[in-house]
Amino acid sequence: MRRSRNWLAHTVLILGALLFALPIWLAFCAATLDPAAIDRGELSLIPRLDHLGSFWDVLVNGGPGVPPVWRMLVVSFGMALAIAIGKIVISVLSAFAVVFFRFPLRRTAFWTIFVTLMLPVEVRIIPTYAVMGDLHMIDTFPGLAVPLIASATATLLFRQTFAAIPDELVEAARMDGAGPLRFLKDILIPVSAANLAALFVILFVYGWNQYLWPLVVATSPSLDTIVIGIVKMIGIDTSTEWNKVMATAVIALIPPVVVVLSMQRWFVRGLTEGEK
Amino acid sequence: MERRTIFAGWKLPLLLVAPQLVLTIVFFYWPALVGGWESLTRTDAFGVHVVFVGLANFHDLFADPRYRAAILRTVEFCAAVTALSLGLGLILAVAADRELRGRDLYRVLMIWPYAVAPAVSAVLWILLLNPQIGFIGRFLTSHGVNWDYALNGNQAMLMVILASAWKQVSYNFIFVIAGLQSIPKAVIEAARMDGARGWFRFRTVVLPLLSPTLFFLVIVDLVYAAFDTFGTIWAMTQGGPAMATETLVVKVYNDGVVNLDLGSSSAQSVVLMVGVVALTALQFRFIGRRSGT
Amino acid sequence: MATLVIEKLRKSFGPIEVLHGIDLSLNSGEMLVIVGASGCGKSTLLRLVAGLEEPTSGRIVLDGRDITALDPSARDIAMVFQNYALYPHMSVFDNMAYGLRIRGLPKPEIQRRVHEAAALLGLEALLARKPRQLSGGQRQRVAMGRAIVREPKLFLFDEPLSNLDAKLRVSMRAEIRRLQRRLGVTSLYVTHDQVEAMTLGDRLLVLHLGVPVQLATPMEVFDRPANSYVAGFIGTPAMNLLDATLTAGGTAARLEGGMLLPFADGRREGVEGQKLTVGIRPEHVRLEPGGTPLTIDLVEPLGSETVLLGRLPDEAMLSVKVHGAWSGGERTEIAIPSASLHVFDAQSGLRLDPLR
Repeated sequence: MRRSRNWLAHTVLILGALLFALPIWLAFCAATLDPAAIDRGELSLIPRLDHLGSFWDVLVNGGPGVPPVWRMLVVSFGMALAIAIGKIVISVLSAFAVVFFRFPLRRTAFWTIFVTLMLPVEVRIIPTYAVMGDLHMIDTFPGLAVPLIASATATLLFRQTFAAIPDELVEAARMDGAGPLRFLKDILIPVSAANLAALFVILFVYGWNQYLWPLVVATSPSLDTIVIGIVKMIGIDTSTEWNKVMATAVIALIPPVVVVLSMQRWFVRGLTEGEK
Repeated sequence: MERRTIFAGWKLPLLLVAPQLVLTIVFFYWPALVGGWESLTRTDAFGVHVVFVGLANFHDLFADPRYRAAILRTVEFCAAVTALSLGLGLILAVAADRELRGRDLYRVLMIWPYAVAPAVSAVLWILLLNPQIGFIGRFLTSHGVNWDYALNGNQAMLMVILASAWKQVSYNFIFVIAGLQSIPKAVIEAARMDGARGWFRFRTVVLPLLSPTLFFLVIVDLVYAAFDTFGTIWAMTQGGPAMATETLVVKVYNDGVVNLDLGSSSAQSVVLMVGVVALTALQFRFIGRRSGT
Repeated sequence: MATLVIEKLRKSFGPIEVLHGIDLSLNSGEMLVIVGASGCGKSTLLRLVAGLEEPTSGRIVLDGRDITALDPSARDIAMVFQNYALYPHMSVFDNMAYGLRIRGLPKPEIQRRVHEAAALLGLEALLARKPRQLSGGQRQRVAMGRAIVREPKLFLFDEPLSNLDAKLRVSMRAEIRRLQRRLGVTSLYVTHDQVEAMTLGDRLLVLHLGVPVQLATPMEVFDRPANSYVAGFIGTPAMNLLDATLTAGGTAARLEGGMLLPFADGRREGVEGQKLTVGIRPEHVRLEPGGTPLTIDLVEPLGSETVLLGRLPDEAMLSVKVHGAWSGGERTEIAIPSASLHVFDAQSGLRLDPLR
């Protein structure tokens, strides 16, 4: 009885794993094929390992209508890191202030931030674009990243983490003579390291995967992220060079997947503890 | 839930919240005001004068059958994506929660698609479903199925739903697994002692205890399907054919960025903001109940 | 070595006053234990002394210096917390050294102090470990070590043993007492455990609902409780407290059932019929054939002794502690020796001493 149920579970999980892995594997194989063969519908599940050149080709030369992939990777890394680090820094500071101090307008400040929770950039895209115009930030790198740094989610998350720090720990630090900034640096940040790491993963992936905002705010090819680049490559009216598209797609997947898997333990904990 | 111990002073904390506040005001409140104002105005035909028109934009919007169709389409799309991704996530999580050999490997294999960009998942699914080159699409056409999502609206909708749901399964999986593990073993053991087993035990004990997690996921999935899927849809169909996959966010982009109708597009943004705030309020009530914030 | 003087200390949280004026003075090197039920304000008192809360009014003077307005770190006070409050990301050494580093002590001095304290507490082998790799008792020692290295004028202990299991609690209790004696640091110790209070304190302060009800040596608190609350709080099993009235002339108490308890040490002031509470500790009740009958409801063997829970003829509950096991039946006869009686006014709860 039990055994047969385990077989059922194994079957379900293997099918699930295939469902997730098959499209990627197919993309990898397609990247190694001849574009004409793909156009003829001759996709195969066996990669041509002697044809890995398309990866190098897109990295250095790019594809139709897009700059070299290495340039887009630099933009993507820059944007994802700026968003992740920027958000973490301003959120840690503001959550620290809200949790560990009493100051005038504290509640006002908190609610001002809190109300914007979950208001994704997608719903305010047109007016934000107008504001960016006034700030002369359209088609600039800061314009790409800075509006996405503002968000309540991370602040709320750190507020919860910090609120769970035992009072006694704070008191012990005060008796030891630590002032607020010293407490932040020596105790609070090291103690919250796991949460910081988890949030970094979440935000890095969030930043890396942005599509709509970069599409709207940046038109110059030098600011193309790799995600933007892929969609540009399939939007070309003339025949799409599928091998190059797929090579780019596989390359685009590697950094966020590596980040998620290498920090899997922290990430899962941070995601499930934080957002609930 | 106030702290007992606090640091003295008010200048330092104000300095510490300042960056966050400034960014929030500049990139949330200012745009919201701009959007609110634009939704109440119209630019004349020559693009010279801006006229205040009150709620006319909203009136026109809701009178427009295209917009009403887009609302209905978005609801259907969100419901389908949520049901599919949550359902699959739940099934996989229940399977992976058992004491299986290779459990950790399975979990890794379920989690990594979280990292896939919506736009990239679109490209992967094109490779599967494109009628000329797609792995599955070609199989369908060669077996007499009239498969062409570039022409057939229902097929296009099915395709964007599949690609959108596929990417979101991981997220649901992660949360359901965590929810299952937070159910105390003793409760399950008590249910076993009571003779509850199999599907009956799952339905009467596990599922009710999991329901807060599931409710949270329904909200998150709806928000995901409504907003984060722009990249998927835009890359696959650009809202077509004949608006068959034009969700509200795609329409905002089409009207505002492509057709430059700022008044209507701003009114649409305002409607979306109200929608998100309503969903957030719903979720916040739920968060409040769970963690006492 | 330092003295601590607390004058008219009050503390309110919003409209609620939790400490109604505390006056207290500790001699140099003394260990004073503040004991009371939860919510009596004992932890608040300790936190006021630590500087973690601000008093509403009153003064705190340590070694002749008014510290009421000082920051906790400037008071020269160290505290041992209930949950240890060790920094989870630091090693044992760093936990102890952290406060010294902030104070800018030279490295060799920090080394010396930490190693000395570690030797004193038997922690030398654990200095490189993280708190999570330690047992409860070891964490407790590190928390004390952190206080000791500071070489403060005053130690504060906030229920430091309440998270340990019963056996460890007893041994740590003795260790704290030994250390405190040896270091000779004036100490304030808060607990709700009256056994801990009795065994540790040079003197006890019993707090009840924010009011100090008795400040005395442990034996005095036990022998002459200042009111019926202290009488019931200190001692296990708890003292029997029976309703009674004063007889004419104030020479005896009459229980509700009519039983007469004459006062051996002299008459009490008051009018006939005045309501009293008379107390008798279970160990002082004597078994006496031909005495008052007691119906036994429950027998609680404790090994070397046995507690009988019974009812007097008037249904008043009375517990009796006897040596060894109980082999009697469900009934027995007892006597209440008048020399062991405690007499309290029923209304105020205050102890009534004989007139002289």
